Amino acid sequence: MRLQRVWAWLALAVGMVYFLLPLIATFEFSLRMRRGVYSFDAYRVVLADPNFQATFGYSVAMALLTILMGIVLVVPTAYWVRLKLPRWRPVVEFVTLLPLVIPAIVIVFGYIRLYNTSSILPLTGTAMGTNLLLLLGYTTLALPYMYRAVDTGLRAIDVATLTEAAQSLGAGWLRIMTRIILPNVLVAVLSGAFLTFAIVIGEFTMAALLNRPAFGPYMQLLGANRAYEPAALAVIAFAITWACMGLIQLVTRFQKHTHLPR
Amino acid sequence: MAATGGLSDRSARSWAWVGLVPFLAFALLFLILPTMQIVLGAFRDSEGAFTLENVRNLFTPAILGSFWISIRISFASAFLGCVIGFAVAWAVTLGDLPRWLRGPVMTFSGVASNFAGVPLAFAFLATLGRLGLVTVLLRQWFGINLFALGFNLLSFWGLTLTYLFFQIPLMILIITPALDGLRREWREAAEILGASSLQYWRMVALPILWPTLLGTLALLFANAFGAVATAYALTGSSLTIVPILLFAQIRGDVLGDPHLGYALAFGMIVVTGIGNALYIWLRTRAERWIK
Repeated sequence: MRLQRVWAWLALAVGMVYFLLPLIATFEFSLRMRRGVYSFDAYRVVLADPNFQATFGYSVAMALLTILMGIVLVVPTAYWVRLKLPRWRPVVEFVTLLPLVIPAIVIVFGYIRLYNTSSILPLTGTAMGTNLLLLLGYTTLALPYMYRAVDTGLRAIDVATLTEAAQSLGAGWLRIMTRIILPNVLVAVLSGAFLTFAIVIGEFTMAALLNRPAFGPYMQLLGANRAYEPAALAVIAFAITWACMGLIQLVTRFQKHTHLPR
Repeated sequence: MAATGGLSDRSARSWAWVGLVPFLAFALLFLILPTMQIVLGAFRDSEGAFTLENVRNLFTPAILGSFWISIRISFASAFLGCVIGFAVAWAVTLGDLPRWLRGPVMTFSGVASNFAGVPLAFAFLATLGRLGLVTVLLRQWFGINLFALGFNLLSFWGLTLTYLFFQIPLMILIITPALDGLRREWREAAEILGASSLQYWRMVALPILWPTLLGTLALLFANAFGAVATAYALTGSSLTIVPILLFAQIRGDVLGDPHLGYALAFGMIVVTGIGNALYIWLRTRAERWIK
């Protein structure tokens, strides 16, 4: 048993060295901008860069819209499948897993070919159309995470009884969705939403190929031209990812207290 | 939606599929049709007639080389990710470590498995790049010059090492529930029958975990194979793995033949498709044992 513990500590130590070294190194590198002393100059330069502010704002707006789009698309669908069409579940689940199978670069390649200026739906012809296309692309990328989160949330509640109770009190479909189902799966929706945010905020491939001024391409461009600012950006990106995951844990813990133990 | 009676109401049930129309329309327009466009394009010539020429044109040394280096990097990072991830997951679940360690390890895995793309490349440049912390310290403390030894982030090992940063945590997240599913009774029964620890792992635990392990290997492989951003930010386009080649092709038709681009993308779908199909098939097998 003692030997086992030694091995366990060893495995953990190797893992920790591998994961902590890049984080420490990145942070240290980001402080090196001023010669000879550690300073937060790189952060100051990055945060003051108007391009940073513009692209970051763009990506935050994109992420929020993606979350909204994902909720509107996924919650009613997952609910409806659970309530009325259980036989369709494998099909819908399969479709939601497809974005994990088909690389994002292939999907966006398809968009460029299918929605180019000479097609029936020339979305890439205008800036607004391309924004819309990027938004829909992000919704596709978020689909697996969003659907799984919401479906898990729906499993914990009695969808049929809640629906019938609401209907017998005279509620319509919109009211059932917004007042009964959504509040009941809110924690699951929020988990999916934070994950979506973490994925969309730094996404590179789709934004770059659709030529949109998003945060991912901005980071790449800065990385190609500057030395210390990219490290600062990496630290910021890591902090955002960490915050999103932390928020997921927080809302999940919150849910444990509001539900009676079963 | 007038008829919303019970499940026995046949007329209501026959119209229920209408509720799926928005979702299916979305999936069709922005997931399935774009992919079909690429797949069909791979089998069409410039006049639109059926041809196998595009796929055959993939078999040039340059493109095959791209696939080969991509497959090697994806496999190496998936394999090492599985081994190291398994070791760490084993340490925190069955390794007799303090219980409080498990929470932070799982949370960190959730973060690190999502920390990919461009920032990950920056992190490794700051670590193992020419001025990176580890590179500098190795030179100052031990006199080891990594770059003189032929190490380079824009290489097979450099990219593999970088990809491990999201591969290992993903493995930890997937394998931990499987390790939790190993029942204590199995171990006790094996021990009572005189099995050593090694025999227990070789003859009981590993055969049960085998489908999960292989399935996760396939998933990690596909995960690395489709990744574009990290490699692009690390290497520009000097190491032509398949996604980078496709990226350059979409941007500026570097292959000089649009239909070869379709075939390249189709090749990617085939590789990641096989990886994921293996994962799904093996996972359903794994679920027979681990509930």
